[in-house]
This record gives sequence, structure tokens and C-alpha cells, in this order.
Amino acid sequence: MADLTTTFAGIKSPNPFWLASAPPTDKEYNVRRAFEAGWGGVVWKTLGEAGPPIVNVNGPRYGVVYGADRRVLGINNIELITDRPLETNLEEITRVKKDFPDRALVASIMVPCEEAAWKAILPRVEDTGCDGIELNFGCPHGMSERGMGAAVGQVPEYIQMVTEWCKEHCDMPVIVKLTPNITDIRYPARAAHAGHADAVSLINTVSSITSVNLDTMSPEPSIDGKGSHGGFCGPAVKPMALNMVAEIARDPETADLPISGIGGVTTWRDAAEFLALGAGNVQVCTAAMVYGFGIIKELTAGLSGWMDEKGYTSVAEVSGRAVPNVTDWQYLNLNYIAKARIDQDACIKCGRCYAACEDTSHQAISMSADRTFEVIDAECVACNLCVDVCPVENCITMEELAPGVIDTRTGKPVDANYANWTTHPNNPSARAAE
Amino acid sequence: MSHSPRTPGIVSERLSPDELARNFEDLHAPYDGHEAMVAADRCYFCHDAPCITACPTTIDIPLFIRQIQTGQPEGAAKTIFDQNILGGMCARVCPTETLCEDACVREAAEGKPVEIGRLQRFATDALMAKGVHPYERAASTGKKIAVVGAGPAGLACAHRAAMLGHDVVVYDARPKPGGLNEYGIASYKTVGGFAQAEVAWLLQIGGIEMRHDQKLGSAMTLDTLTSEYDAVFLGLGLGGVNSLGADGADKDNVDDAVGFIADLRQAGDLTKLPVGRNVVVIGGGMTAVDAAVQSKLLGADDVTIVYRRGRDAMPASGFEQDLAASKGVRLVFNAQPKAVYGNGTVCEIEFEYTESGAAGLTGTGETFRLPADQAFMAIGQTLADAPDGLTLERGKIAVDGAGKTSVAKVWAGGDCATGGDDLTVTAVAEGRDAAEDIHNELMQSAG
Ligand SMILES: Cc1cc2nc3c(=O)[nH]c(=O)nc-3n(C[C@H](O)[C@H](O)[C@H](O)COP(=O)(O)OP(=O)(O)OC[C@H]3O[C@@H](n4cnc5c(N)ncnc54)[C@H](O)[C@@H]3O)c2cc1C
Ligand SMILES: Cc1cc2nc3c(=O)[nH]c(=O)nc-3n(C[C@H](O)[C@H](O)[C@H](O)COP(=O)(O)O)c2cc1C
Ligand code: SF4
Repeated sequence: MADLTTTFAGIKSPNPFWLASAPPTDKEYNVRRAFEAGWGGVVWKTLGEAGPPIVNVNGPRYGVVYGADRRVLGINNIELITDRPLETNLEEITRVKKDFPDRALVASIMVPCEEAAWKAILPRVEDTGCDGIELNFGCPHGMSERGMGAAVGQVPEYIQMVTEWCKEHCDMPVIVKLTPNITDIRYPARAAHAGHADAVSLINTVSSITSVNLDTMSPEPSIDGKGSHGGFCGPAVKPMALNMVAEIARDPETADLPISGIGGVTTWRDAAEFLALGAGNVQVCTAAMVYGFGIIKELTAGLSGWMDEKGYTSVAEVSGRAVPNVTDWQYLNLNYIAKARIDQDACIKCGRCYAACEDTSHQAISMSADRTFEVIDAECVACNLCVDVCPVENCITMEELAPGVIDTRTGKPVDANYANWTTHPNNPSARAAE
Repeated sequence: MSHSPRTPGIVSERLSPDELARNFEDLHAPYDGHEAMVAADRCYFCHDAPCITACPTTIDIPLFIRQIQTGQPEGAAKTIFDQNILGGMCARVCPTETLCEDACVREAAEGKPVEIGRLQRFATDALMAKGVHPYERAASTGKKIAVVGAGPAGLACAHRAAMLGHDVVVYDARPKPGGLNEYGIASYKTVGGFAQAEVAWLLQIGGIEMRHDQKLGSAMTLDTLTSEYDAVFLGLGLGGVNSLGADGADKDNVDDAVGFIADLRQAGDLTKLPVGRNVVVIGGGMTAVDAAVQSKLLGADDVTIVYRRGRDAMPASGFEQDLAASKGVRLVFNAQPKAVYGNGTVCEIEFEYTESGAAGLTGTGETFRLPADQAFMAIGQTLADAPDGLTLERGKIAVDGAGKTSVAKVWAGGDCATGGDDLTVTAVAEGRDAAEDIHNELMQSAG
């Protein structure tokens, strides 16, 4: 069985699955249950300054987006950081770490953007014996109105400044958690790197309104008839998270910066994808909140089973495997030509490919009176929409045309050589360069 | 309990009131909201969907299912009623396994179609529960239309005609409206007095006067109707039954299945309804299955359907056959009745095995006997006392595609007329289309 132990930013854990800083990690009781279930690590629910703890709303704090059969596709929340006293949290962290020395226990922190505040809290956290800290620069609601969370995460200079303070005032590994609510994720990541962060983790939640109650005209979740934007997470945010992780992994400036992948990890496959795109481990929140801690068994068994099948012996070996294949559009091979192929034996004659192509694409599928659907090669641009909408797996596939074969759409033979936009005759810059 | 399934003869109270109530519950329980969402989500929204073509009333099925998916069951119901005003009954009684659900691409793909019938019921029930009627009448045309027969064909015709602005009078020989919806369909398909509730809801359109206990041929003639009305629609159904050619078929307790079912549908208290211990049903259609299954549910000990041809030729669908088998009814194929024995009252029936060859269906000479203290004939219904002057074809009133008969001003549809299968949904389609044709003709002559 593949070895799942990981060392991330110097922190060891028996597997790469950590629980993200959120309700599942809000107190000793939950964290003990998580460790007993087999989770490799937790990032404790974000701690705030000493003194009177922050307060949460006393009405609903979650909104939801459902797929079929009430499957949760995404949740948004307007919860703030921990609403329990700092002392209590620190005592609990100390106890739990002592009882579970082999697990990763990272404390998430968010205090005002002043050096004194960080200087005050860091030694107290370090005293717990925890393995590292995560700086919550991500929370997009509530805390950001008070100049913390995403308000810091959206300004690269602040990220660098706070990261430097932390590196100066403690000896623990520092992980900087990034907000996706920015235009280009590389800037905050570079700032964390410049501040000597040991790692970044991403993504935190995406600013969102999940729905509007059309009777009361209030956004959901509704507190006494009013709603506030919340942070969106769960399977729906995974594509955005994957892209951001890949962007940082393939940026030469941050290529060596460890990344903890977060956002919609629900199955072992999601985790493997984050790892492939450059993450060193993953963090999970929504999936645990929806299904409970028991999913860790599927996550670990699935990941190690797949690694065995592929002959990977360590998580580190998987990490970053797909990064070299992430490129810019301009470098994609324009001489790669494919056509849709419909397996007539598998076809159930629903006609969805026909409607999609006829109404919204390239009129490249014909329909006969007896509902036989066939691809018209001379029209097919290989967009893949028919494959996407076909309800039968592998019924429609994309077939690469071999070099030399005539593409009936253009009347030209397929060129065996790689050629991209940078050298394409239609590209004005390419011509200008000549 | 005074009797048991094994009490000899024809008696009531073979089962306790509780058992009877359970036996005659809804065959398919209605969906709750969540079940309907899950079921609706399975629809692929096919292009030019095959299920639409397979529905005799051409309901836009993918559209109504999408409306359910998006939380608009009442809108879905409207989509259904636009095509089929008895969409509520059809949702319950249509043999969907041979109609829309048979055409569903998921039937081809995985043998498990989208449950269109149950979804249709979910939508139509939702709208009908609101007690609102979603249609209004067009401005009055001043035309009067007589509809004879308040079955599905007559009701669909009356509703469409009233909606188009005509004044309609419906005559029916029976005391209650609904035709076989009220007197024929199996109880467990339409529980809770649905047939009457549906008619009451349909009549909310207005402009339809119901006249009961009015038999064409005795209370009035076709001639009087054609002279008093601008158009006449005949939805008479098939009131007669074929009789058994076998020796001794006139013995007591050899009954007509349709009559037995009508009694059952009208029985206020099922514990008072007598049924035999050994029941033999002769026939192979829906009527045979309904008579056999309901005999069994009433507490008959042993119920056998004997059909003269093979399983594949049986008019009752595979679903109906399985339903019968699941209730403990035995199905005997390839056997025809030869003689009925008994001293005045049936006690045994002799059958001969059959084979079909070049000469058609012939007896093999091999026989067997089944004990029977009650026998039901379900060997086909016939058109009873059709008014004179109408051209008949194969025992039915000949009509063109739009329902026009050979007599001026007279249309016909449903079971009594040629064209289409003898099904509720087909009757609705024919009644509706005849109303449209009548309207076109009356408006043309008016204009
Ligand atoms: C036992 C049984 C079970 C069935 N089960 C199903 C089923 O599950 N699903 C399905 O789709 N179909 C089923 N059918 C068939 C379906 O009931 C018929 O196809 C449908 O009812 C035909 O409608 P209709 O309006 O043509 O005739 P009917 O429903 O027969 O209505 C005819 C009406 O005309 C009246 N009438 C007749 N003669 C006169 C007259 N001279 N004067 C005045 N009024 C008259 C009658 O009283 C009756 O009300 C079943 C039929 C039977 C017999
Ligand atoms: C209810 C809730 C509360 C959260 N609170 C915090 C928090 O206190 N600190 C933090 O860094 N992230 C917080 N998060 C963000 C999660 O840690 C995580 O980054 C995000 O949910 C994306 O991961 P997921 O798709 O697996 O849920 C919270 C998320 C949720 C749903
Ligand atoms: S790949 Fe696109 S263009 Fe080609 S047949 Fe499919 S939908 Fe049409």
C-alpha cells in the first residue's frame, strides 16, 4: 500500500488530509473525533485576540446550492472566526496535541493588522506545542469589514508585512491562507513568498449570495429579513481553486512555495487532482460538514489505491505531476484536430447532442426520421459540447485525426507538426515579429 | 369475520374490513414533493422527445417534467391539461408501460423509464388540490352541441366545446358521469372517489349541462338531437358484452366481468360484496386482469385467468400480467372453454388446449377441468344499440380522422368509434379532436 505520510512545510502527518479551519475544527470535542476517525491533521478554527470573543449571528448562517436529490453542491456561510475565549481554545489545543503527537495541529490566527496584536498572540499559541500557524487572510465577510481577513488578503503589501511579523515573532512554520476574491492569485502568493512564508493554503471562501427568497425578497441565509454576502465553498468552487493552485505552482516566482490545496475536496479523486496540480496536501471543510468525519476512510483508501495502481509510492511523487502540462492558450497545438464520434450501439436516441449542436453550436449532427444521430465531419469543430451533454458515458467520444488525413471541414490534410498561435499567420503579433 | 377465503360458494366478508381496505389502496402511492423532484430529475429533456409521440393526446412531457423540476407543479399541470383535460385520470390508468414510458429513452438505456405517469399525477393532483380550474370559456358562439355519453370521450369533447364558446348538453344513460372511469376502471387505480371529483372539477369550466338517466334510443333519438342541436357527439362506449359459445354457459354464476366490476366500483362497503372461492376468469385483456385481481383482493381463495392464446398475444400488458401474478392469480395460456358443468349453477369448467397454425386457432383435443363456483366472462365488449343510419365498420361507428360519422352533424369517438385502441387516453384524444372539428365546421358555416 502506498505511503500516505506527508511532510508539509516541515509539518508531519500520517496522511495528506487535513481538516480546514472551520466548524469541524472549532473545539476539542470535534478535533478528537476527527483524529479518532483518522484525519491526518487539522487547522484549528481561527483564533482572535484575547479579550471578549467575537459574536456570531443567532439566526441561520448557511445558504446552500443543491444539485439533483438535494445533493449539496455548495454552501455559503456568514460565520465569523471562533466565538469562544482564546484561553479556552489554547488549553484545548495543548491537550489535544499532547494526546495526538503524530497528527498535524495547526492554529489559524486572525488579529488586527498591527504588529503589537500579532506579537501578543504568537507566543501564547506557540506555547500550546502546536505544529504551525495559518494566517487567515481569507474570510470575505464580517471580519473583512473590520480590516481583517480578506481585507488584508486583497492587499499584497499587507500580506508581506504581516507574514514578516509572524516569521520574526515565532519559530513555527507559517502558512498564509489566501482569499480567491482577487483578480490574479499570483500577486498575493508572491507577497507571502516575499514575506518568507513557509507555505500558502488556498482557497478560502468565495464572496457569494446563494439565493434570494422570492417571497420575502431577502438574500439567504436571512437574518430578520436581511442578508449579507457570505463565503461560498464546496464542490462548486473546486474548478476555481484548482486553477488558482496551478497558477501559483507554475509561476516561476513561487514554484518552490509549498501549497495546501483547499476548495471542494470531496473525494480522493479531487485530492489527487489538487496534488497533481502542485499541492503538497489538501484541506477539507464542506465535505466533512455534509457527510461527517467518516469520509476520511474513502479519501485515504481511494488515494492509496490509485497510487498503488499507478505505481506512485509517496504523496510527494504525485505532487506537481500535472504542472508541466498546464500552459497558456497561446501554446496549445493548433494542428491537433479531432472529430466527435457517436457509438450507435450505445446511443439511446435522446437527441440532446443534436439539440445542443444544432441550436447552439455548429450544426454538425444530423438527425434521421428514425432518430439516428450522425456527426457531419465537414462541420464539426470538435468543441466537445455533444460529449458533455450526452447522458451516456463514452457514447460520444473525440477521435484525433491522424496526420495526413484530410479534415473535411477545412479540406486540408492534418499537419503532423506542432504549431501554435504565436506563429499563426492570423496573429498580428506573429506577423509583426517577422 | 364470518367467512374465510376457503368458505365454499359465493359469499361476502371473506376478509376483514382492514384487510379489504389495505387490498384496495392506491396501486401506486402518490409521490411526495421530494420523490417527484428526484424522479423529474431523471428526464433528459430529449429533443423531439419520443414519449410525446407515444402519448395519444401528445402531451409535451419533457416540458411538464421540467416545470416540476423547477418547482411549478401547477404550471406542469396546465401543460398536461392543455392536451388532455382528463390528465389526472390518465396519470392513474394509462398503461404507460406500452405508451409514453415504453418510448422513454431511459427504458431503452437501462430498462427503467422516467415514471411519467406518476409525475403526471403529481402535477395534476397539485393543481386540482387548489380547487381552481385553469381555463375560461371563449365568447359565446350561440351554438348548441349535444354530447351523448359522459365517459372520457364525451367529457373531453364537452370541455373543449364549452371552452371554445359553445353551449353543451351531455346526456348519459347512467345515474353518474364518468363512463368506465366511474364504472369500469379497477378500484386500486382510482381511489378516493377521484372519478367524480375529476368530473366536478372539469365542469367548473361552465357551459356544460349534465342530464343523467337519459338513454339515447329511449329518452330521445338521434334525429331529435340533430334537429335540436347544431352538432352531436356520440361517446357511447361499448355497452354490450360478448357471450361464451361453450355448452352450459347459461348456468348461474357465469357472469359478465364488466358487470361484476361495476358492482364493485359502486359498492359502498366491500365487506358486503360476495365473491366465489374458486373463480375462473375467461379472457386476456385488461378487463380479465381487473376482474381476476379484484376477486383475489376480495378474498377468493383460488383465481385463474384462462386465455386462449399465448402470453405474447395477451392484450393485457406485461405489467398487468405481473400485477395479476403478484396478487396470486394463476395465468393459464393456450386454452379455450369447452363446456360449463354444474347442476343449474356452475361448479366446473372444461377447457381444451389450443394451438395456432395455418387454420387459425384450433383445439388440440387435450382437455382439463377447473373447479369454479364463479366464472367471469371478459371476452370483449361490443357496441350496444347504435342508433340507426350510422355506417358501422367492424362493429364500431365508422368515423374519419377527425371523428366525423357518415351522418351529417354527427361525430363519434372513444371506444364506440373506429380508430385507436380502447383506452381512456385515446377516448380523450378523440373527444377533444372531434370538438375542434365541430368548432371548425360550425364557425365556417357561421362565417
Ligand atoms: C374493466 C375495464 C378496465 C379498464 N381499464 C383501463 C385502464 O386501466 N386504462 C385504460 O386506459 N383503459 C381502461 N379501460 C378502457 C377504458 O375504460 C375505455 O377505453 C374508455 O372508458 C372509453 O371511453 P368512452 O368515453 O369511449 O366510453 P365509456 O367510458 O364506456 O363511456 C360511455 C358512456 O356512454 C354512456 N352511454 C352508453 N350508451 C348510451 C346511450 N345509448 N345513451 C346515453 N348514454 C349512453 C355510458 O353510460 C357511459 O357513461 C378499461 C375498460 C374496462 C371495461
Ligand atoms: C462555516 C464555515 C466557517 C469557516 N470558517 C473559517 C475560519 O474561521 N477560518 C478560515 O481560515 N476559514 C474558514 N472557512 C473556510 C474553510 O476553511 C475552507 O477554506 C473553505 O470552506 C473551502 O474548503 P471546502 O470547499 O472544503 O469547504 C470556513 C468555512 C465554512 C463553511
Ligand atoms: S463536437 Fe461540437 S461541433 Fe462537433 S458535433 Fe459535437 S457539438 Fe457539434
